Amino acid sequence: MDPKAFILGMSAISAGICSLSGLGSGLSQGFAAGKAAEAVARQPEARGAILSTMMVGCAIAETCSIYGLIIALLLLLANPLIALL
Amino acid sequence: MENKNLWLLFEIAGVDVYVNETMLSTWVVSAALVIFALVVRAKVKSFKDVPSGFQNLIELAVESMDGLVRTTVGEGMDFLSGYYFCIFAFILVSNYSGLLGLRPPTSDLATTIPLALSTFVLIHGMGISAQKGKYFKQYISPNPIFLPINLIGEVSKPVSLAFRLFGNMLGGVIIMEFVYTLLPVFLRFLIPDILHAYFDLFAGTLQAFVFTVLSLTFIQIMAAPY
Repeated sequence: MDPKAFILGMSAISAGICSLSGLGSGLSQGFAAGKAAEAVARQPEARGAILSTMMVGCAIAETCSIYGLIIALLLLLANPLIALL
Repeated sequence: MENKNLWLLFEIAGVDVYVNETMLSTWVVSAALVIFALVVRAKVKSFKDVPSGFQNLIELAVESMDGLVRTTVGEGMDFLSGYYFCIFAFILVSNYSGLLGLRPPTSDLATTIPLALSTFVLIHGMGISAQKGKYFKQYISPNPIFLPINLIGEVSKPVSLAFRLFGNMLGGVIIMEFVYTLLPVFLRFLIPDILHAYFDLFAGTLQAFVFTVLSLTFIQIMAAPY
């Protein structure tokens, strides 16, 4: 088998696995949005503060899926493993 | 390998000087901000006690940044608001520059890593000046075994700041490129507008805000309780 083709195929599979990192952050953002909805229902006058706190929390929870995205992009567009052959 | 994103600017003594897309859009963004700042500087002389119109806008922006610094870091740290207002304005205008067809400078690691590193220097400079000797003690607390973990925790702060901004903006740029390539020419007017509104306006504003708030929070953790 051509080693380059093997590495490229494996990189494509691992880029697909990297996108699974979106699972955790999607779940946690859903939790955060649900809790924020509960908080707004309990105290509607604090809507602005709750919304901005939730947004910052969601953006932080998004970080780990962003790491996955960056690794997937590295594997697809600028593969460092090809140079090792 | 031929890099298509580099354009030859000029040549001095056998050394080629290149310009890439990120540098060009950084210059455009900086020029826009400098011109806006000069306009504000010229208008400051005619500001009155009772604000109206343009003065309202400027005072709103400056006062909300002052309020953010005061609520996040605490009293007596007002000098931070000038620096972080500058950082916030640069990131915000950079993220919006995708609307003009430029490539946002923040979708390049060469822009976001220096921004995060200056925050890193500020965090530890403020930490040393506020905590004095106790600053070094926190790395071996609760136990000297935790030294490597504490060090990794400190290094991961600027890394996560830089990569969060970079990943968000680069993801937006790549998805926009896909959409523009997939759509036929006569459909390129309406459908990408919705994506621009999300990736450039919403995510851009959110990421600029998150970068500022997180930097201020890290500074507060290091500097404020002492």
